[in-house]
Amino acid sequence: MLSKLSLLQAIEKLENKEISSEELTRSSLLVIENKEKDINAFITVTSEESLKAAKIVDQKRLKGEKLGKLAGIPVAVKDNFSTKNILTTAGSQILSNYIPCFDSAIVNKLKDQHAIIVGKTNMDEFAMGSSTESSFFGPTKNPRDLERVPGGSSGGSAAAVAANEVIYSLGSDTGGSIRQPASFCGVVGLKPTYGRVSRWGLLAMGSSLDQIGPFTKTVKDAAIILENIAGADKMDSTSVDREVPEYSKMLGKSVKGLKIGIPKEYFEGLDKNIEKSVMEASEILAAEGAQIIDVSLPYTKYALAVYYIIMPAEVSSNLSRYDGIKFGFRAKDAENLMETYLRSREEGFGAEVKRRIMIGAYVLSSGYYDEYYLRAQKVRALVKKDFDDVFNRVDVLITPTSPILPFKLGEKITDPLSMYLADIYTVPVNIAGVPAISVPGREVDNLPVGIQFIGPQWSEEVILNTAYVFENNRR
Amino acid sequence: MRKLSKEQVKNIAKLSRLGIKEFEIDKYSKEISDILTYVEQLNELGVICADPVSQITGLESVSREDIKYEQKICSKEELLKNAPEIKDDSIKVKPVFEERESI
Repeated sequence: MLSKLSLLQAIEKLENKEISSEELTRSSLLVIENKEKDINAFITVTSEESLKAAKIVDQKRLKGEKLGKLAGIPVAVKDNFSTKNILTTAGSQILSNYIPCFDSAIVNKLKDQHAIIVGKTNMDEFAMGSSTESSFFGPTKNPRDLERVPGGSSGGSAAAVAANEVIYSLGSDTGGSIRQPASFCGVVGLKPTYGRVSRWGLLAMGSSLDQIGPFTKTVKDAAIILENIAGADKMDSTSVDREVPEYSKMLGKSVKGLKIGIPKEYFEGLDKNIEKSVMEASEILAAEGAQIIDVSLPYTKYALAVYYIIMPAEVSSNLSRYDGIKFGFRAKDAENLMETYLRSREEGFGAEVKRRIMIGAYVLSSGYYDEYYLRAQKVRALVKKDFDDVFNRVDVLITPTSPILPFKLGEKITDPLSMYLADIYTVPVNIAGVPAISVPGREVDNLPVGIQFIGPQWSEEVILNTAYVFENNRR
Repeated sequence: MRKLSKEQVKNIAKLSRLGIKEFEIDKYSKEISDILTYVEQLNELGVICADPVSQITGLESVSREDIKYEQKICSKEELLKNAPEIKDDSIKVKPVFEERESI
């Protein structure tokens, strides 16, 4: 099964002409055909277009034309990336008929590299959720155990890689939506520094928190993707003009003397088995010469509260554009304009989205703004300072990615707050805008456990190298 | 402990332009109140001496030249394809101003 290959293996085999892009793409499409009825990782599969694109790449390669690094390799992108002439729903009924007339910046980059986009992956509606159960298009199942959720919100992208439906995929992470599903599905997931990757054309959820990143089978693959998607973009004024290092060439350095912090707040009340898995990972790195240091980030406990004020506030503003007027779903037979708005949004949005819009409207409303929103922005500064302080002492932090193992479908969907708590170790990272990676550690009860490495802003090469050394010495 | 009244839920739904059914109000009231109660733990921190963060990597006043982009991203025809209803090359919507009886 060719689609089982890692990205690095696929690149090598294609470059050596051992395999063709058509063969690789057909393998990917065959796995999708066989597994989708069980997993439902995709909202849209673009079989014809991807095969056509693969054949073009093969011809170019035969002619010896210059091709991008990712040329001819099947990739899946989350359904909140705008894709020209391909349905883009964000997992919502309100966009169930929306076909963009432009590509998002990162899809453009993939196409410039001659990547083969085989489809759009399932997600929690507008990326709001931790289980992919709030999708209008039905839940995605965890390939490791079909009774369990794949995590979320990028559950489709994580499951597609875990099930070898694609070589790699892209997702977005606002409070853990790449790392938590990567942890649940047993793959690598990277959330870069805020502003490292252009968000232009990504359907916005929480604009001060959202960041795009890859799901891959190995750490090196994640490094390859990051170096190919990172960089400033004049269309995204929050993207930052900094040099993009060749991350994949910076891997394999010794971790001797590297200072790795264990923040005690990330272990309070933690499942003992998950804790064991994280401690084992730290011991592996210690055996390689890293120095393990106990540290504290005292404002951690407030990060989730900050998140559940700032994110809904941004959601309520960002989602006001879905009003049934210019595009997307419009309710039938409305009497007047107000009714068009009320009913299109009532019928088009699911429960979790409505909840967050209302919370956002409430915390931003006059009389409550200072008490909630402004206060949350100030505490955000304290959470950021926690990380600044701790990174004066250590180079990288090691934590669990998720406080819990992949849970069963239906287990948490009726209790919003308990679903929110699933993101308690991933959210502080977005609040502080720092990068983090989740890499599979020792499994518990045959279920994947993600180990999270967090670094200071713009230190992707450090967390990638730490994760790489761990991955290569995993027992 | 924050408890939103039915009237408050109705009001924020209306401000958010979200239609909600009468029978849903209690459910939303409970769920939103639970979440507000959770986030109110920030009050434990008392007076906070920190500047509010709105941009986490420290960017300030990012600007660009005030010129239009040369490259058109989508044509009018392409944009209209996604409109729920069109008439005479324009998007059709319900009247913004209601007709009133003349005095």
